[in-house]
Amino acid sequence: MVTAKPRPKLRYETKYLYIFILPWIIGFIAFTAGPIVMSGVYSFTRYNLVLPPAFVGLQNYAQLLRDPLFWQSLKVTGIYTFVSVPLGLVLSLLVAVLVNMRIPGQRAFRTAVYFPTLVSGVVMSLLWLWLLNPQFGIINYLLWELFGIKGPQWLYSPQWALPSLILMTIWGIGTNMVLYLAALQGVPRSLYEAAELDGAGRIRRFFTITVPMISPTTLFLLITGIIGTSQVFTQAAVMTQGGPEYATYFYVYYLYQEAFGSFNIGYASAMSWVLLLVVFLLTYILMRTSERWVNY
Amino acid sequence: MAATEREVQRRKVSFHQRKSAVERTLKGVSFVLLVVISAIMLLPVFIMLSTALKDQQTVFLFPPQWIPRPMHWDNFIAALQSGPFGAYFENTAFYAVVGTLFEVASSSVVAFGFSRYNGLGRDTLFYILLLTMMIPYPAVMIPQFVLFKTLGWTNTYLPLIVPSLFGSAYIIFMLRQFFNGLPGELFEAARIDGCSEWRTFVQIALPLSKPALAAAAIFGFMYRWNDYLAPLIYLNDQDKYTLSVGLAGMTSQFSIVPWHLIMAASLVAVLPPVLIFFFAQRYFIEGIAITGLK
Repeated sequence: MVTAKPRPKLRYETKYLYIFILPWIIGFIAFTAGPIVMSGVYSFTRYNLVLPPAFVGLQNYAQLLRDPLFWQSLKVTGIYTFVSVPLGLVLSLLVAVLVNMRIPGQRAFRTAVYFPTLVSGVVMSLLWLWLLNPQFGIINYLLWELFGIKGPQWLYSPQWALPSLILMTIWGIGTNMVLYLAALQGVPRSLYEAAELDGAGRIRRFFTITVPMISPTTLFLLITGIIGTSQVFTQAAVMTQGGPEYATYFYVYYLYQEAFGSFNIGYASAMSWVLLLVVFLLTYILMRTSERWVNY
Repeated sequence: MAATEREVQRRKVSFHQRKSAVERTLKGVSFVLLVVISAIMLLPVFIMLSTALKDQQTVFLFPPQWIPRPMHWDNFIAALQSGPFGAYFENTAFYAVVGTLFEVASSSVVAFGFSRYNGLGRDTLFYILLLTMMIPYPAVMIPQFVLFKTLGWTNTYLPLIVPSLFGSAYIIFMLRQFFNGLPGELFEAARIDGCSEWRTFVQIALPLSKPALAAAAIFGFMYRWNDYLAPLIYLNDQDKYTLSVGLAGMTSQFSIVPWHLIMAASLVAVLPPVLIFFFAQRYFIEGIAITGLK
């Protein structure tokens, strides 16, 4: 029961809460909630930015379902997400464990792994376009020199283009590595000591103590990883233009082409709603199942 | 009795010796692994530098030269003259600095509100704020573009900078986490002393939050310095481009791709983030650690 006394305090706190968060509320309405509602509205119209929007009902959505490029872009993005996110998690955890050991040069190793994340998406794309050049690139040269393998055509091959881009993501594990490192350092030492006394080996300690104790970080990285990879655009725009044969036709690249290449605002808006729903659905599923595997 | 005790002692010692031998081997293997991993991580950076110093002929030599002979330091000048790079650099710096200042200023006000005032609806609104962190930019960019086009703001920096005046969810979240860690008695004391809420924020909370504000500013700066999609959508004139937009156009501008010039220009573009990283490494790690909390 609320007594008479705290009332003025609550009113006071509420007043200042809203005064301070007012900028965010305005921004939320103008740049987030408003646009989401508006793209919902546009998705039921045909609109090219010049003529006023014309209502077409569910036509855009019906067309999406019949559009092979929509399914292709969904497939490309899906494969990229479901391979590169888990791969990145495993590798960044492995590296985090290594740089968490007391080893000479520990700081230098951490810096080396983190360093590539400073490079922008565009520069990284340009650089890898050059590294993966089938004739003059350093990667095919090293494959030949070190292993006697004749490297593939990479970005010029429909089979290898998407794997090339997935391979490239390894170069960006630095951020995840730092987060895992922080998580590893937060695991109480006493747990390891107790397990060691009970005769648990290193590998057993890693899987029964470390992995469960850092599971909140894993959940966080899975969610941010899915959200990030669902919006891949730069690599497609700078390196492959979605090719060859649509092998790297990422979802957001298609969305961009529809919106700002062909000015099919209605169709692109339907695509942006589908993107939003897929991201929320995947996050929701992860959060729900997390009760079973995340140690809070 | 004494013999068994000595035996136990001997076994203990040998156990520890064996253990430390395993430890040493493990560390040795890890060290070698880390050398290989670091080499893989840094190889592209090295190739970038080495390519930037070659000329049109040596770039396409096979096998490639690791250390270019001769070294063309003048490539940096040639690269910067191959397009309005001075303008790109200035534009990017303007966008990154002004946008970040606005973003950190507005976000710190909002974050203080969420942290300090337990008013009606606070938790619901904060939950909404967390949800907005999951919204991909492409999901809202089309109506935003229509809005800014209606306002006549396309081909200006307004659509890129004005939204930062209203805070960003990520930075608000990060700063709120930090404000939550400040001792509440400090603010209570200020309130009792009759200090206004705004002064409490400016004169007590902000000075105590310098590391968090620095981390937020670094994030904001890096994000904008490297941003590509939004500047690409809004900027039409070449002399208004940011570095990302200008660099991305370089591959299609020439018939033979001038890799040495592209790599030289890229190196110049990467320099500010790298310098910030080396001078403010502490804030980087701190910032990442704050947001990584549960």
